[in-house]
Amino acid sequence: MKRSRIWSWVTFALGAAYFFIPLIATVEFSLRMRRGEYSLDAYRVVLADPRFQQTFLYSTVVAVFTILIGVLLVVPTAYWIRLRMPRIRPVVEFITLLPLIIPAIVIVFGYIRMYGSSSPLPFLATNRGADALLMIGYATLALPYMYRAVDTGLRTIDVRTLTEAAQIHGAGWTTIIARIILPNVLIAVLSGAFLTFAIVIGEFTMASLLNRPAFGPYLQNIGANRAYEPAALAVIAFAITWGCMSVIQVLSRFAPKSANNTN
Amino acid sequence: MRLPLQWLGVAPFFIFALMFLILPAFYLVVGAFQNAQGEFTFDNIIGLFQPSIIAAYWISIRISLASALIGALAGLAIAIAVVRGGLPRWVRSTTMTFSGVASNFAGVPLAFAFLATLGRLGLVTIFLRDWFGVNIYALGFNILSFWGLTLTYLFFQIPLMVVIITPAIDGLKKEWGEAAATLGATQFQYWRWVAIPVLWPSFLGTVILLFANSFGAIATAYALTGSSLNIVPILLYAQIRGDVLQDPHLGYALAFGMIVVTGLANIFYIWFRIRSERWLR
Repeated sequence: MKRSRIWSWVTFALGAAYFFIPLIATVEFSLRMRRGEYSLDAYRVVLADPRFQQTFLYSTVVAVFTILIGVLLVVPTAYWIRLRMPRIRPVVEFITLLPLIIPAIVIVFGYIRMYGSSSPLPFLATNRGADALLMIGYATLALPYMYRAVDTGLRTIDVRTLTEAAQIHGAGWTTIIARIILPNVLIAVLSGAFLTFAIVIGEFTMASLLNRPAFGPYLQNIGANRAYEPAALAVIAFAITWGCMSVIQVLSRFAPKSANNTN
Repeated sequence: MRLPLQWLGVAPFFIFALMFLILPAFYLVVGAFQNAQGEFTFDNIIGLFQPSIIAAYWISIRISLASALIGALAGLAIAIAVVRGGLPRWVRSTTMTFSGVASNFAGVPLAFAFLATLGRLGLVTIFLRDWFGVNIYALGFNILSFWGLTLTYLFFQIPLMVVIITPAIDGLKKEWGEAAATLGATQFQYWRWVAIPVLWPSFLGTVILLFANSFGAIATAYALTGSSLNIVPILLYAQIRGDVLQDPHLGYALAFGMIVVTGLANIFYIWFRIRSERWLR
């Protein structure tokens, strides 16, 4: 048993080395901007860049709307399927997994062809329309994660009893979903939301092909033209991802663990 | 009349999926089988079999396969070490948290991180040169190459494997090990005849998932190599941007080919997952 434990440590250490060396290297590189000494110059330059601020703000706003679209789409659907239509659940689950089968670049290619300025639904004719299409595209990318998070959340509450209780008190469908179901799966929804944020904030393909002034294309542009700033941006991006995942971890501690019903 | 009302509740979802997921893909698939006059043809599909496009698919498939296989093996080794290796509990929880982060750290920033590590001025490159006199670029290594890209993709492939396979390893029941030991099996025999056969379907399934995951990825490769590495997503990107193939319908065929590859991969994945779930109840 002793020997196998040594091998476990060796495996773990090799893995840790593979993951930490690039992180250390990136941090070190980002500090090298001033010749001969370490400084935070690269971060100062990046954070002071108006394009950084604009694109980051833009992507944050897009991410928030993406999350809203995702919640409005997924929560009522997942609820309704648990309550009334469990038989079509495999179909819906399959559809939510489609974004893992159809690569993002193919989806956005389809958008460009279907919703161009001369099509019946000219999303791409205006900037607002293109923004909306980007949010919709991101909502599809996040769909597998959002749906799974919400569905897991719904599993831990007794949907049927809650619905019947609310109906006896005279609640309509909107009230039931907004004031009974949503608060009960809020933690699951928030987990999905932060994961969506982590995916969307630096996304490159869709934003770039729809010509949106988002953070991802900005990152790519800096990468192609500067030396030290990209490393600083990578550190910032890693910190954002880390932050989102930490929030999800903390949230999961508050989530109810066991299902108190059988369906 | 209950049925239509019931369907009303899921109508928004289906309309959304149809408009923004299924029809756009379908549009490209149909376009792949049409010529410029809108007539049915196989010419575009046949057009895919020209050397430059075949080469793009081939290198994409090789990179995805290499990063999926290496990622899966390394991820499996790490997961087994952390879950079953008798390491302290904090090692497991730290690994799981970190894997959650790293599996989502992809795209453009990941390319920056690896340029800072293994680029011409990267920390590791310089460290090896100054301390060991090994110039990896003189030895033929290049971050903008097959192995460079594979090594970079492993940064999200390995953690994804760890995240997905850990529940399967947890599903190996203690009783099986004890039963094997009671019957006189060695550790090796236990792994060879019990654990690996049980893990095998989940392992293969995850390899395929990792494959599809890197096959469709473009941002990292594009930021790392510009358009110097001719993989399918980058070719498609250039085609969407500026019709480099000078034939829009060939572009549709290119997209169709990508859907076919990832679609086939996912069919296998679903099949393996159904098989593996038999043991994990």
